[in-house]
Amino acid sequence: MAKLTFKTDNCKGCGLCVNACPKGVLSLAADKINKKGHHPVEAVAPEKCIGCAFCATMCPDCIIKVEK
Amino acid sequence: MADKVLMKGNEAIAEAAIIAGCRHYFGYPITPQTEIAAYMAKRMPKIGGTFLQAESEIAAINMVYGVASTGLRVMTSSSSPGISLKSEGLSYLAGADLPSFIVNVQRGGPGLGGIQPSQSDYFQATKAGGHGDFRMIVLAPASVQEMAELTVHGFDLADKYRMTSMILADGTMGQMMEPVSLDFKIAEPVEKPWATTGTQMKREHNIVNSLFLSPDVLERTNFERFKKYDTVCENEVMYEEYMMDDAEICIAAFGIAARVSKNAIVEARKRGIKVGMIRPITLWPFPEKQFAAAAEKVRAFISVELSMGQMIEDIRLAVNGKAPVTLCNRVGGMIPSPDEVLDAIIKVSEGGNN
Amino acid sequence: MVIFDKPHALADVPLHYCPGCTHGIIHRLVAEVIDELGIEGKTVGIAPVGCSVMAYNYFNCDMIEAAHGRAPAVATGVKRALPENIVFTYQGDGDLASIGMAETVHSAARNENITVIFINNAIYGMTGGQMAPTSLPGQITQTSPYGRDVNHCGYPIKICEMLSTLDGPEYVARVAVNNVKNVRAAKKAIKKAFENQVNGLGFSLVEVISSCPTNWGLTPEKALEWVESKMIPYYPLGVYKDRHADSNE
Repeated sequence: MAKLTFKTDNCKGCGLCVNACPKGVLSLAADKINKKGHHPVEAVAPEKCIGCAFCATMCPDCIIKVEK
Repeated sequence: MADKVLMKGNEAIAEAAIIAGCRHYFGYPITPQTEIAAYMAKRMPKIGGTFLQAESEIAAINMVYGVASTGLRVMTSSSSPGISLKSEGLSYLAGADLPSFIVNVQRGGPGLGGIQPSQSDYFQATKAGGHGDFRMIVLAPASVQEMAELTVHGFDLADKYRMTSMILADGTMGQMMEPVSLDFKIAEPVEKPWATTGTQMKREHNIVNSLFLSPDVLERTNFERFKKYDTVCENEVMYEEYMMDDAEICIAAFGIAARVSKNAIVEARKRGIKVGMIRPITLWPFPEKQFAAAAEKVRAFISVELSMGQMIEDIRLAVNGKAPVTLCNRVGGMIPSPDEVLDAIIKVSEGGNN
Repeated sequence: MVIFDKPHALADVPLHYCPGCTHGIIHRLVAEVIDELGIEGKTVGIAPVGCSVMAYNYFNCDMIEAAHGRAPAVATGVKRALPENIVFTYQGDGDLASIGMAETVHSAARNENITVIFINNAIYGMTGGQMAPTSLPGQITQTSPYGRDVNHCGYPIKICEMLSTLDGPEYVARVAVNNVKNVRAAKKAIKKAFENQVNGLGFSLVEVISSCPTNWGLTPEKALEWVESKMIPYYPLGVYKDRHADSNE
């Protein structure tokens, strides 16, 4: 299983990472609002992460760190 | 004293720039200053420098901006319409506090105007070089020797104050040939820790920039820049006084107009008219204290200009109503003859206060 | 083991771009390439006027902010003064293809040894969504409210196609950042554009088809679909010129 770390405060909730993820790991947190006022991304199914880094590749704000 | 060589004014500027350590020249052809580019095109490749004919004056001034950002000495030259195109770049250079050296060998205007000598870019050089609040050091040579000397001085001042200095010459000064001594003392190089030369991973990155979106920050940069300008005004005014000791009439003239005026003054003196001249060498900073002091002594001023009367406004401000200031001018590429200036002197001396 | 993290050359600060704007992806790709080539310490970047005007805050290398459209001229000055340094410009479509067209064409014609990253999102973003030189026929913008009428204001300019007709430039390529596959191809092209400069080969331009969700009036996801369905058909991806294509294979 791979590990994802988010700089949540820099997330703008654009959702490009959510769409890029092939495993349905990510979702925008409908019940959370970060400092910028966005619903930030969170890993709702972290156990499914395969560490492909598609999410980080598409993140325009470089907030995702991927480790394996 | 080194031997003198016979040179055109434009060539003297080019050679003096090389002596001053300038190894980068960018220009675009325009009469009457093309000799500078031609000289640089020949010389720069031989001394490991850059001569590049840009696609426009706008590109040339932005190439200057690029080299200036690296801290190296750099110049461009043009004539009036070309300087208008460069004015965007001049504003950015000022906004980013970059040193640069610019030559304007003026021709008649407005518009495409003509190709004969003029001084009608005085306002543009001293007051409105581009958008925003900024100043340039403006140097007005009146001989080929001064074309060279003020070039070296201009580079030194630009580095010292992180400003643009501009030679404001005219077609006559550019084209005339005179013997020149090229034996110059160059100021010690100025440290430029702000230059964008690569961090070498040893320091924070440098940013050359004129954008300040916070109004309070932009206000502060303007106030700080104008404090620097105050220092320039305090320390860098240059002028020549000619026969002013007993003068009752003071001519104000720079560049070619000052040379013509000297002849007229000699003739007037033969007729017993006590006339002298203050010749500003720096048009900005303007020798306003010298004119104010003269206003305590003389009874009238005559501004001799190759324009519709531009410097006359600065003289009137300096004189502050203490004496009348009249204009003696020719424009469009015409130059007043010594006789025309003499006539103006006689008219004023006979009590014509305008 | 770290598989993916912020590259060193990208500053650790929040970007000001709108949510889903792909400027951030392209910034990161440039920074990754700078890291991989180990050139951060000798790189000087030139920021444009437009949305990426503040790119000077986002790269850790030395940066210069240029006047609108003049970045290639500024880069020319820097590169001529410091030939051992690496110089890149980062410019949008208004900056590069409209007001700065002369600087673009002539720096390419001179084969100036610089790297140009050209962001084409078919709109002026910073000023609020006006028609760009690359806006598509029929595209609705603030200044083409009834759609870009080519009979009135002409056709979009295809920079790669145009520059590839010149003898000067070394490398001209068009990429996109609308999906993972294209982002990876974009990085490859950007890397080549920097490597060309390191190897002294000359002017290398990478046009990156990008999105503008805010001014296109689309969600970030729909904007990337618009890139695929509208932009790429008009601006086909590929290498338009590569003088050393054979030796690189």
